[in-house]
Amino acid sequence: MSRIELHGAAVRATTGQGEVEILAPTTLTLTEQRVALIGPNGSGKSTLARLVNGLVEAASGRVVVDGLDVAKQGREVRKRVAFVFTDPSAQLVMPTVVEDVALSLRHAHRDREERTAAALRVLAAYGLAELAERSVHTLSGGQRQLLAIAGVLATDPEVLVADEPTTLLDLVNSRRIAELLFGLRQQLLLVTHDLDLALRCERALLVEHGRVVADGAPAEVVEHYRASAW
Amino acid sequence: MSDLLGVYQPGTTFLHRMPAGLKLTAMAVISVVVVTFRSPATSGVLVTVVLALLAVARVRLRLLARTLRGLLLVMALLTAWQAWQQGWAHAFAVVGALVGLVLLATVLTVTTSVDELLDTLTRALGPFRRFGVDPALVALAFSLMIRAIPTTLEIGRETRQAAQARGLDRHLRALLTPMVIRSVAHARATGDALHARGIADD
Repeated sequence: MSRIELHGAAVRATTGQGEVEILAPTTLTLTEQRVALIGPNGSGKSTLARLVNGLVEAASGRVVVDGLDVAKQGREVRKRVAFVFTDPSAQLVMPTVVEDVALSLRHAHRDREERTAAALRVLAAYGLAELAERSVHTLSGGQRQLLAIAGVLATDPEVLVADEPTTLLDLVNSRRIAELLFGLRQQLLLVTHDLDLALRCERALLVEHGRVVADGAPAEVVEHYRASAW
Repeated sequence: MSDLLGVYQPGTTFLHRMPAGLKLTAMAVISVVVVTFRSPATSGVLVTVVLALLAVARVRLRLLARTLRGLLLVMALLTAWQAWQQGWAHAFAVVGALVGLVLLATVLTVTTSVDELLDTLTRALGPFRRFGVDPALVALAFSLMIRAIPTTLEIGRETRQAAQARGLDRHLRALLTPMVIRSVAHARATGDALHARGIADD
């Protein structure tokens, strides 16, 4: 498993009212296969998740993944840490399904035919082979999210950060995506409002008002969250 | 329009097999010629040739109709204006050239995968590397531009429906403001996604 370390990492933003703390200085180490990040909307859990991939820069402190400093070695970190967004539409940047996966493989395969063949293999592995030539615009929400996941896993990263990947999906597609995520060999950092999914992880963090207020076994953390919500 | 302009239709016609670089060069040359020597005859020839190319490329008629429907309002306004200002012959020359060039671009996108375009542009821009140009990034920007056309249209459609739902479908500000904000937000989200995938790192 990878080792994700936050050493006093904090995130601040400047607004009309001055500087606001989005995430208080946070220190923790994540080595478990699956870690859930739960908490209310706007609590800072997505910000914490984005720190790991370098999408958000720490205003102070450090974030380290497998010994690599995210601020200084971002490119290397992003090769190890993939990220899936809530809304896959923004993540799918090429017109067709196969081209979107091929985009991820441009560095691994310089030859276009080899790249396309590799992209088709990835699509087949995720049950998307029949959609290869389809426009990404014509896909259903579930298919788009599946493609977004296939696109980032095509490069075989070590860690997958998924920011509420099932929030926009119906029950069937939510389950399909959840089963896929929980069957991966990669370390999973899952931001979710689905407490059943959180309970399937090895560890859970509860984030409230920009602070990690509970950290431990998912059953206890979820219970803490439920108690604080009521 | 959204389906056609941005989407490659796999095939084995000679247009599909033709190198992307040759198609891009031909399109650039034809565009310059049509604009420089604009006349009803030039536009007539262009439209005829492009329709023949669309037939050769076996572009689906339904999609072709959708493209033309997307251009209908612009064509009608432009034709009326040009006919009023400079007569019907000039209007045909201008609008014919516009329609012909849009359809020509359609021939390119329908018969050429974006992946192939990316490779071609990256190679073509190679010599500019010494001037600080990153060919791969420029080529990616080009493909994102193609991808942005259907996305922007989709945002426009959703915004219009949202305005209609609130009874504001004739309120220009209620249509334009959210559309601009959502388009910018989408552009930022796309930037984040590229960053997250490590694509913009090189």
